[in-house]
Amino acid sequence: MSAPHTIADSDAILSVRDLNFYYGDFRGLTNVSLDIAKSKVTAFIGPSGCGKSTLLRTFNRMYDLYPGQRAEGQILFHGKNLLDKKQDVNLVRAKIGMVFQKPTPFPMTIYENIAFGVRLYEKMSTSAMNERVEWALRKAAMWDEAKDKLQQSGLSLSGGQQQRLCIARTIAVKPEIVLLDEPTSALDPISTAKIEELINELKHDYTIAIVTHNMQQAARISDFTAFMYLGELIEFDKTDSLFVKPTKKQTEDYITGRFG
Amino acid sequence: MNLYTRRILTNRIGIALSMVAMAFGLAALMWILWTLFYNGFSALSWDFFTQDTPAPGTEGGGLRNAIVGSLMIIGVTTLVSTPIGILAGIYLAEFGATSKFAATTRFVTDIMLSAPSIVVGLFVYALMVATLGGFSGWAGSVALSLIAIPVVVRTTENMLLLVPTALREAAFAVGAPRWQVSLKVTLRAVKAGVVTGILLAIARVMGETAPLLFTALNNQFFSTDMSQPMGNLPVVIFQFAMSPYDNWVSLAWGGALLIALLVLGINIIARVLFRNKSSA
Repeated sequence: MSAPHTIADSDAILSVRDLNFYYGDFRGLTNVSLDIAKSKVTAFIGPSGCGKSTLLRTFNRMYDLYPGQRAEGQILFHGKNLLDKKQDVNLVRAKIGMVFQKPTPFPMTIYENIAFGVRLYEKMSTSAMNERVEWALRKAAMWDEAKDKLQQSGLSLSGGQQQRLCIARTIAVKPEIVLLDEPTSALDPISTAKIEELINELKHDYTIAIVTHNMQQAARISDFTAFMYLGELIEFDKTDSLFVKPTKKQTEDYITGRFG
Repeated sequence: MNLYTRRILTNRIGIALSMVAMAFGLAALMWILWTLFYNGFSALSWDFFTQDTPAPGTEGGGLRNAIVGSLMIIGVTTLVSTPIGILAGIYLAEFGATSKFAATTRFVTDIMLSAPSIVVGLFVYALMVATLGGFSGWAGSVALSLIAIPVVVRTTENMLLLVPTALREAAFAVGAPRWQVSLKVTLRAVKAGVVTGILLAIARVMGETAPLLFTALNNQFFSTDMSQPMGNLPVVIFQFAMSPYDNWVSLAWGGALLIALLVLGINIIARVLFRNKSSA
């Protein structure tokens, strides 16, 4: 039986239908169906190994890098199935950006970290690129900290700054969706608060899907929450409803801390 | 004897044994270095670098032709083996995780790593010298490249495999095609390690004698023509060290010291490079 998955009063930008995912013979996701609402924050929660990161990594076909991993079903994005073999994967990734658990600045200057992705798909003058870099850093609330050291290595920044640089790098490409895979789990509370603030800002322009281990975080920042368990989508609802009156026993047990 | 004293004793014996082993190894090394300095240092003079190898029975002379020849042969070797080695290493690490072709390449590379250099010399002799009609600097570079390439391939591959998956995924996540991820992100992340590999490959071929004996041969006169036989340090050392002339023997010691110092210098540079990178 599949969980209720549609968002009545919002536009869906991504529609997942009957998604099954396999790591070789092991089935990592079972019949997942849900809609990701446009310009909203959708959070994925659940215990370790429940498949929430796996699900996120199907949205930008990250699993493609690994032979033996495959997805079946449909993920509709602008009417096309992302899982289609003929889909240009690199283009998908430019439209659906991703930020990872650990900050991963490229081994180049702060400026180049951002320009790298932009250059892949857009030809622009140096001044236009300068503007784009500033724009992205401002969006990621990094401009004041980075503007005097654009030519320094991205690795010279602190962990929290590195993560915001990664967010800046992702939005510089102007994606439609930003996937965040536990973006704050390696950061201190102050950096975490900054990233959460940033997510709140960004949702006006981007659709955000975030995987988090931190239920308070999901409650604070998301509009919709999906609870997953053992590769299945157990419950999916508006965040307020899911946390206040979950309809499934498993959801209730998890959010009240009885397991997971 | 209680447990604690026994453990202390075992510990001391273990440390003592490894100290002896280390002293033994180090003593051999120091002995070699000391002999080199003792015999070679007096040969190092202005003439050593500015005069060519002396004819039999003449006084003085230097190793200018051999030094320049060695530098040219090794220079060409570096230019040839660096791009080939790095690209092959990238292929193995980034593209060839599962393919049969990559597995075969890896296997052959490993064999090449331990192939006796005289075999490589004979191979190039049969391939280039015998067919093209003569010993040449080019043939010497080809032979040394065959020895250097596997070193560069394997260090590049091993370095790239150390790149965290997260960094690679992050580069793919902005929509970069695989070749850009490899050349602009992962290779750059291990730049110091790859350069170290190249330096160690140069150090490795610097003292190779057997491959040059069959390829570049030697040249008593100063020459920068790579298509002719070329003077080079290892072969000169080989010939001079066994000669009856005192000045030749002395030059051989000087040449050996020079090679040792160059290799030492390269190793130090490689270490400093790698350390700086690792701490950053």
